[in-house]
Amino acid sequence: MTEETIQSVVCTVCGCCCDHLEVKTKDNAIVNVKNACAMSTSKMLGYMNERLTQPKIRRGDKLSNSTYNQAVDSAARILAKSKSPLLYGWSLTSCEAIEVGVDLAEETGGFIDNTTTTCHGPTVLGVQEIGESSCTLGEIRHRADLIFYWGANPVHSHPLHMSRYSVLSKGRFRKSRSERTLIVVDVRKTDTAKLADVFVQIEPNRDYELLSAIRAAVRGDEIEQDEVAGVPVERIEEIAEKMINCEFGALFFGLGLTMSAGKSVNIDAALSLVRELNSKTKFVIMPMRGHFNVNGANNVMTWLTGYPYAIDFTQGYPRYNPGETSAVDLLAREECDSALVVASDPISNFPLQAAQNLASIPLMTIDPHETPTTLCSDIVFPSTHVGIEDTGTVYRMDGVVLETRKLVDPPKGIKSDVEILRAILKRLRTIRRLG
Amino acid sequence: MMEKELAVVNGLVFDPLNRIDGEKLDIFIRGGKIVESVGKKARIINASGKTVMPGGVDIHSHIAGSKVNSGRLLRPEDHRKDVEPRTRHTYSGVGYSIPSTRTTGYRYTKMGYTTVFEPATPPLKTRHTHEELDATPIIDKGCFPLLGNNWFIMEYLSSGRVKECAAYVAWMLKATKGYAIKIVDPGGVELWGWGKFLKGLDDPIANFNITPREIIRGLCKVNKILNLPHAIHVHTNNLGSPGNYRTTIETMDAVRDLADEKKPVIHITHVQFTGFSGSSWLNLGSGAPEIADYVNKHSHVSVDLGQVIFGDTTTMTADGPFQYFLHKMSGNKWTNGDVEVETGSGIVPFRYRRSNYVNAVQWGIGLELALLVKDPWRVFMTTDHPNGGPFTSYPKVIAWLMSKKAREKTLSKINKTAKKRLDLPSIEREYTFGEISTITRAAPAESLGLKNKGHLGLGADADIAVYDIDPSRTDPEQSPRVLRRAFKEASYTIKTGKVVSKEGQIAGTSYGETFYVESIVSPSLEADLLKEITPKFKDYYTIEMDNYPIAESFLKNPSRIPCKSEV
Repeated sequence: MTEETIQSVVCTVCGCCCDHLEVKTKDNAIVNVKNACAMSTSKMLGYMNERLTQPKIRRGDKLSNSTYNQAVDSAARILAKSKSPLLYGWSLTSCEAIEVGVDLAEETGGFIDNTTTTCHGPTVLGVQEIGESSCTLGEIRHRADLIFYWGANPVHSHPLHMSRYSVLSKGRFRKSRSERTLIVVDVRKTDTAKLADVFVQIEPNRDYELLSAIRAAVRGDEIEQDEVAGVPVERIEEIAEKMINCEFGALFFGLGLTMSAGKSVNIDAALSLVRELNSKTKFVIMPMRGHFNVNGANNVMTWLTGYPYAIDFTQGYPRYNPGETSAVDLLAREECDSALVVASDPISNFPLQAAQNLASIPLMTIDPHETPTTLCSDIVFPSTHVGIEDTGTVYRMDGVVLETRKLVDPPKGIKSDVEILRAILKRLRTIRRLG
Repeated sequence: MMEKELAVVNGLVFDPLNRIDGEKLDIFIRGGKIVESVGKKARIINASGKTVMPGGVDIHSHIAGSKVNSGRLLRPEDHRKDVEPRTRHTYSGVGYSIPSTRTTGYRYTKMGYTTVFEPATPPLKTRHTHEELDATPIIDKGCFPLLGNNWFIMEYLSSGRVKECAAYVAWMLKATKGYAIKIVDPGGVELWGWGKFLKGLDDPIANFNITPREIIRGLCKVNKILNLPHAIHVHTNNLGSPGNYRTTIETMDAVRDLADEKKPVIHITHVQFTGFSGSSWLNLGSGAPEIADYVNKHSHVSVDLGQVIFGDTTTMTADGPFQYFLHKMSGNKWTNGDVEVETGSGIVPFRYRRSNYVNAVQWGIGLELALLVKDPWRVFMTTDHPNGGPFTSYPKVIAWLMSKKAREKTLSKINKTAKKRLDLPSIEREYTFGEISTITRAAPAESLGLKNKGHLGLGADADIAVYDIDPSRTDPEQSPRVLRRAFKEASYTIKTGKVVSKEGQIAGTSYGETFYVESIVSPSLEADLLKEITPKFKDYYTIEMDNYPIAESFLKNPSRIPCKSEV
């Protein structure tokens, strides 16, 4: 019997990438996790549930057991025949795997997109218009005396965000909760809102209006209405005053802002407000990135192609035009003739029309677990868990980079995303060379 | 199997370190090194009528890391106008001012450059920098960690603990796999953490009981204690504000008493941006004559240009407050990225216009500096890529330096008041081929302490550029276009003894080395250091100390340069 306690383990659930976990293993299994949130504990202790154990290839209506070699060969042949394959997913794997993925996309002359497309895609578009006044999370921990969560509910989505990085953390210049003010803007009184000093209940889909009104108040303009987005103007002016008079403000925002009506225009308004505030005080803004390496996916794709998501290689060089080259739109228009999904479950998450198209084209999936997407696939590759069964680099929501640890061996014979992708790329190049 | 041998024959060689100035010589290569002779089966490259130089060495070019990538993300419009389609031998990519990593490697290679240093990496995000450097093909590279606003360093120095500070810096360089001490707007970036601005070298930095002068002096002492191969690499305070040439001279003078007879102890980078005279934007002038005068009289200083190129680019520095100022002035989009405990950064797209008075003066300052500093071993050619302009503009700078006619042509198109106020029109000096070889390879390599780079002596790395220009038949003064064409695309670029590009065609995607220094301090000092910083680390950072250091195995081709510290 071998027991080991591993310190400073990096969690691979959300964009917080907490790296202070203590994991106890016994006989190559995780038996205990300390310092982790409920989501993390559940993953660490449950990562063996519903695992795929064998590569599978569809024969008729059934997925039958196969081998990695056969599956790699079949996948490479599908990609070799495809004119515009879609490579999708990437946010729950390592940067090393994403790098191979981009090369594979270029080799196939198809499209590569990551889950940003359905979460903070509008954030990227907003940033490309306005820029972004931001920082690492430690700056907020040390300095921020005013913190906003707008359309975000970290108590449930990022459970340790508040205690490690923001309102409940202890920093060099802010020692306790009483030295910080928390303002939560949401359409309903969430569990995060219950902890707020000020809760602003906004009418659904009116974020743009409220952000613009606050910005007007910050500039000292008169607002003629009695209320905006269901919030009385006096309240808006109060909030603006708090923003101007803080020493260091931080605005975190979630999908409540990116996916409400207006989308990227909401983000424009938020980014512009924060930018404006820097002429009066210090203010930063940060999206609450969801998956543990969605930021890594954006970064790797950007340094290799210039663009963070929705990349089109069909012209032989990288193109980018979200709405045209993004996964959901490509599928809805039935433009792709095959798809490779890595570490994602788009069949569950995409709009019906896109999911239906995805299921109708040759579909290959690499995933540790059985998912609706693997069930619809023609080829399925089981893979290892990054940060549990394999090392790999990940980017926290603020761009701090962490190297995850290997805690236990993967199930016998199971390969990593990197190994599988490299094998497909190698096989594809051989097929191409031989004509 | 025989090692591949290569001979570059009949070229006119400019190898300033070995005092070779345009002689017709044959260069022999085996095992990636320059050797005395090769066998009969060696591949022959006929460089007859061509110029042969060591591979170019760029001491200061922002090519990798978090702020470069934030710049890429910020500017799809920059990429769209400049794409690189995939070829049989190369991956696709995009330019223009912030090329994707592979395009960066290919474009440097095509120009005959083989070594490039990323001069500003936030230590906490240096893993990112190394990931990008590893994705930058062909060239050798390294990076300078930002240490001028670091809490630990400010605390050590404010309490006079220079030895302990040296141990900490040694630990940081090892942890980040960094190459040199980079100081950007010392203390100013910490203040920017509160949205505040710092002005003078003797302004106190709130909460830290220290001044910029003390940080610079302290780190200069640390640099000497650790025997690091390069000097402290300094981006001064007050960058981008009128009259800042005085800050530049004061900064150089602040370490005059720490001079070392062997080599400079301070390198002032992109000195054009801190070479403004005058008291406002209206009477802005060139402080280049004063700075050059100081440099000419003091051997403890070296500088690089940060030459401005007219056109569109993306400015990006660790100088967060300056970038905010530039955003306010230009109205262009702005990204800011402060980094806990250590540093910050900012990005603003910018277009330098010939017709704009300030931009035209900036253009003149860079060239004046290059022409007025007499010793080419202490002034290096850079555009502070992409801040002054993209590195692909180097051939333009070479033409301006070598040809008065080229300068006059540009002068005739710039803002008229700027032209009147610059000394540039009256400067006669023209760089020779030998001097160009010095400021683009030999001198930066020497400054970096890269013994096997920047020259073609026996045992040197076989990094070579062959340019299609015959100095014996070309009058550079009269032929700026010929110069630009020749230096834009090397006939051959040889890296570690292999032809990596020929007439603009890249031979394939290989990867160079990443240099980092390790200064070894006494085990007891290191043990004391760890005992002291371990508990503080938890208070200061949002990651665990175990997760901070970057293992050598994280780098694709690491090359460790050991140095012996004095403590």
